[in-house]
Amino acid sequence: MTIYDIIFYLFAAITVLSAFLVVTAKNIVHSAFYLLFTFFGVAGLYVLLGADFIAIVQIMVYVGGILILLLFGVMLTNKITSVEIKSGTIHVLPAVIGLGLFAAFVLSTMMTTKWKSNPAELPFTTVYDLGYILINEYVLIFELLGILLLIALIGAASIARKDKE
Amino acid sequence: MNSIPIEYYLILSAFMFTVGVTGVLIRRNAIVIFMCVELMLNSANLTMVAFSSYLGQSAGQIFVFFVMTVAAAEAAVGLAIIIAIFRNKLTVNIDEINIFKW
Repeated sequence: MTIYDIIFYLFAAITVLSAFLVVTAKNIVHSAFYLLFTFFGVAGLYVLLGADFIAIVQIMVYVGGILILLLFGVMLTNKITSVEIKSGTIHVLPAVIGLGLFAAFVLSTMMTTKWKSNPAELPFTTVYDLGYILINEYVLIFELLGILLLIALIGAASIARKDKE
Repeated sequence: MNSIPIEYYLILSAFMFTVGVTGVLIRRNAIVIFMCVELMLNSANLTMVAFSSYLGQSAGQIFVFFVMTVAAAEAAVGLAIIIAIFRNKLTVNIDEINIFKW
């Protein structure tokens, strides 16, 4: 067992455990903080897989953007002083049965398929490759995503804004 | 140096995806449902990065980039909708938001 394996199991354990706690935690703010650990665990796995740029983007976009946005949502939609921020569950039994079957199907597919299992040679850094591909082959999708983000931000602002009488 | 078979990454992301679907199905609060959607998107990203790394091609990481962009847009619009609903109904529990019933 090399140091690489130990780090993998550590990050995998963090990810799995905190993902489980996101779903089971009663308090919404606790769920948000467990989600933080999940994002960090996944970022660590990205580093192990040699995707350094994606790992940094994961931390900046998910932790710095989406998680803060979710916390804002929690604070804006729950009056902390008067209403409790706990929330319950519904339809637990049918969901667990259906998802047990789903998980068994996915896991058996993944175990029985013969994947290419020896890893490719990892490049020292992926930033050069990613930048080159992004601006050459995928430049149309890149521009479209810029427009999508702009539209989403304008739409979000206009939906969340109070109507003027 | 990398001795972890790719199945381990795939099983991990399958587990994360299942946990995310579970959360969407059983939780009542719309914001927790949002967090579970982010979990599912993250598990798909992990799969794509694993394949990209094991096949030695960078295109998979580009798609992860795109998924993250769409996830950010989705989170912004979704939270705006949740806040608009909260302003009208004073709750974000999805079983109490039944205004589409007739």
